[in-house]
Amino acid sequence: MAETEETLKRIQAHKGVVATMVVNAEGIPIRTTLDNSTTVHYAGLLHQLTMKARSTVRDIDPQNDLTFLRIRSKKHEIMVAPDKEYLLIVIQNPSE
Amino acid sequence: MVGIGHPEIFPLVFTTRTQEIFNCRVDEDVTEENCFKLIKKDDIIQDLKTRAAISDFHPVKNIVLEYPGEELLIVFDANFQYGQNFYLVASEEAKENFLKPPETAEKMDSEEEKEETPEVCAYKPPVSKPWVSLGSEKEVEEESVKERVKKIKYMFSQGQRKFGAPISFTDRNASHVKDSYVECTSYQDKTFSIKVLEKHVGVQMVPKVREAGTQTQWTYPKNATTQYFPRQLSNEEKEEILSSEKLKQFLTSVCLRMEIALQQNEIMNAFSDDWKALEDDMSSPDGKSDICLKTYQTFTDLHYLKDKSISCICWHPTIYGIIAESATKQPSKEERTKLQHDSVIIFWSFFDPIHPQLILECLDDIYCFQFSPSDPNVIAGGCFSGQVVLWDISQYEEKLQNAKSVAVGMKKTVVNMNNVSVLSLLENDDMSELLFTEDDESDKGQILVRHCTSSSIHHSHEKRITDIHWLPDYFEVNRMGETFENRAGICVQLVTCSPDSLILFWDIRDTKLPTKHSSEKVKEENSFNMLPEVSDTSNDPDLIWKPLMKLSLCDSGEENNVKCSPTKISLQEQHYHYKITDKEQSLHKSQVHIKESPYAQMSISSKKTMNVLENISNNFFVGTEDGEIIYSDWEMKTSSNEEKIASNKYTIHKEAVNTVQRSPFFKDIILSVGGWNFAIWKEGVTNGPILQSNCTVQRYTAGHWSLTRPGVFYIATDDGNIDIWDLLKETHKPSHSQNISKSAITCISPRVASPKQQFLAVSDDSGVLHVLEIRRTLSHPSSNEQANILNYFEKRVQCLKNLKKDQEFEIRENGNGAGDTDGTNN
Repeated sequence: MAETEETLKRIQAHKGVVATMVVNAEGIPIRTTLDNSTTVHYAGLLHQLTMKARSTVRDIDPQNDLTFLRIRSKKHEIMVAPDKEYLLIVIQNPSE
Repeated sequence: MVGIGHPEIFPLVFTTRTQEIFNCRVDEDVTEENCFKLIKKDDIIQDLKTRAAISDFHPVKNIVLEYPGEELLIVFDANFQYGQNFYLVASEEAKENFLKPPETAEKMDSEEEKEETPEVCAYKPPVSKPWVSLGSEKEVEEESVKERVKKIKYMFSQGQRKFGAPISFTDRNASHVKDSYVECTSYQDKTFSIKVLEKHVGVQMVPKVREAGTQTQWTYPKNATTQYFPRQLSNEEKEEILSSEKLKQFLTSVCLRMEIALQQNEIMNAFSDDWKALEDDMSSPDGKSDICLKTYQTFTDLHYLKDKSISCICWHPTIYGIIAESATKQPSKEERTKLQHDSVIIFWSFFDPIHPQLILECLDDIYCFQFSPSDPNVIAGGCFSGQVVLWDISQYEEKLQNAKSVAVGMKKTVVNMNNVSVLSLLENDDMSELLFTEDDESDKGQILVRHCTSSSIHHSHEKRITDIHWLPDYFEVNRMGETFENRAGICVQLVTCSPDSLILFWDIRDTKLPTKHSSEKVKEENSFNMLPEVSDTSNDPDLIWKPLMKLSLCDSGEENNVKCSPTKISLQEQHYHYKITDKEQSLHKSQVHIKESPYAQMSISSKKTMNVLENISNNFFVGTEDGEIIYSDWEMKTSSNEEKIASNKYTIHKEAVNTVQRSPFFKDIILSVGGWNFAIWKEGVTNGPILQSNCTVQRYTAGHWSLTRPGVFYIATDDGNIDIWDLLKETHKPSHSQNISKSAITCISPRVASPKQQFLAVSDDSGVLHVLEIRRTLSHPSSNEQANILNYFEKRVQCLKNLKKDQEFEIRENGNGAGDTDGTNN
């Protein structure tokens, strides 16, 4: 428990990080630094997108798998690290 | 010719000749009733002989000749019963029947009529009567077929001997043997063939009808809704997952990639567009339009602003689009009437350029005013008479905010916010017609708001107040000039200066009445959330608003202390309400919901618990009427000595200084404008201004720093031009000059309304307020501009130092004299 906390805190402490979220395989948030409604919003959308991205990668080459997903927008960058059961989502403001 | 069914009747046609001969003329001798005529046989025969073929009796000649009797009956057939108009009865018996039976029939009819009573006829069985032949045997005979010819009989028989002999019968095909039989074959006889030309055929069309049935299932439409909410894990589940081993493994595996990505972002922005970044640095080429300031709106009012000059403009700090201006009599007009009831501050809104939103009234012409930074509903103004006046417009805050929706057709109301008791203290009787004692709003006139407090006239300035500022909310000053921490957190103190050489510090809390009936009244009137009740403090002996601290500036270096006459003052700790940061903007938004003015909770503070603030500097710059810039401080050495000797005095401007302003970006850079030139000073540099402009043809009437660009400021001239100076471009002339109005400009005030929109309000001598929109290049600072400007100023300071050194060197070299030139910059 303490290790997970520490890891998450370390990630959160990076420069420009706006939010950090851990989401389970069904898109239900487990741990977040944002408010509930925003978290649920992000979790739902990004979970679906990650599933889609993963299926795309595997469709092209079944031996392959998705390791990281980065979405760069005008305001932030959303980074999703998927795993078998969980997703780690971090939103960062790129250096300006 | 045989009549049909009546063999003895023969229809005849009698011509008129015949009728004349036999006297059976129609309608004369023979009529319908009397239709029988007996004609002698001989006569007929005679006629036949004489006329032969043409005699009418010719067809019945034989019958007439054979007739047994003497007379023949001719009957007139009016009805053409037998086809002709007469008929001949050929037999005696028929004749008799004709002549008689009708009589019997007539008799019988008459007998029946006489009786008139129906009687049951007794059944008479038919009595057989002898057959009376009526001639039907002839017909029968004629029709019957009789054999006329006796038939010949032939009998064939075999000879005797063949009878009884044995016979053997054999078959024989008839068709095999030729001529074994005779036949009469049918043949088509052409003479009898009938060609069928027309045949009537009946056709009936019957539609083929088939009955069939289907059954569909139609479910009626129904509204259905679903509502879902996101699935969430309960806290226990979350805890459980967080402490699970799997999560730990997940995080350890995922953490590395995430950190790599994060660090990548931190190192550099891979998507930065260098080309775009370059564009910001480049200043706009002159090829673009020359107009940097676009006219956005112009406000003027015929009623209040006729022949008036606008002395001061202030933007409303929180509400977008509201700007206030104060109008004074034009300086050229010497005569000043006593009744200054139209000395006003007018509020304009962008959304209604014709009708002012609010009008604040005052006793005297207002030369300068300021919104309180803590509460934009409190406005402090300085009058011509030297008094400080306060207004509270919290009631109208909502109205100002809703200026958008009430742009046209605004209900003009006159509101009396005074108590009844105060009305007797009205100085000007003319005002009474405008103010009513009712609390209701009536549809007359415009909203006139009277000031709520004014300072005591005896204790105020002697001359007009030329500058008024609110002290920042983090410190306050006491009578000794010491700075203390401001507990209230709101701006409660003012500083004013006036050409009577006084700088006065005022405290708003002094205007609050001591606990008396008034405070109860204030509580009662819940609708008015304002400072103490309106009263003319000059008349009410209980309430006198005196300045907190007086400072008199004197000229040093002369025997009788000649007093300076400050016109503008700029404090070190100026409340930076110019710069709008994001934090402040959000603060402004939240302030919108604050109904209660922060001043309502104000109370006279006890001086015991105040903390002394050491780091507040009490220096200030003052510009005087004689064109001097004085740098001084308000520290009071002793309590009695109120005079302050101006230590640092610079004479740069030839005429009265009209602007002394600190840069919003640098605390120690001051712009001073006066006469025919302007100068930039740095606090601490005592040699002189670090930058001084050339003298120009036109007078400079006002100046203001730009709020967003550190190196840009606006200078206004007295022929209606605005010069925009950009220190990074050129320092010897304005980068841009634009003509705004025909008359002299009196005041400039820029405002950042939104990150994209910046306005510049310019007022002139003729009472017109122009609002211009600043082009983005002028409002948007280039990157590192602040650093560049800082560098520039540093260089200038250095330059000045060097110049001073050179001067000293020259003095030493030459002994005396040398230049008294300041760091003029060509």
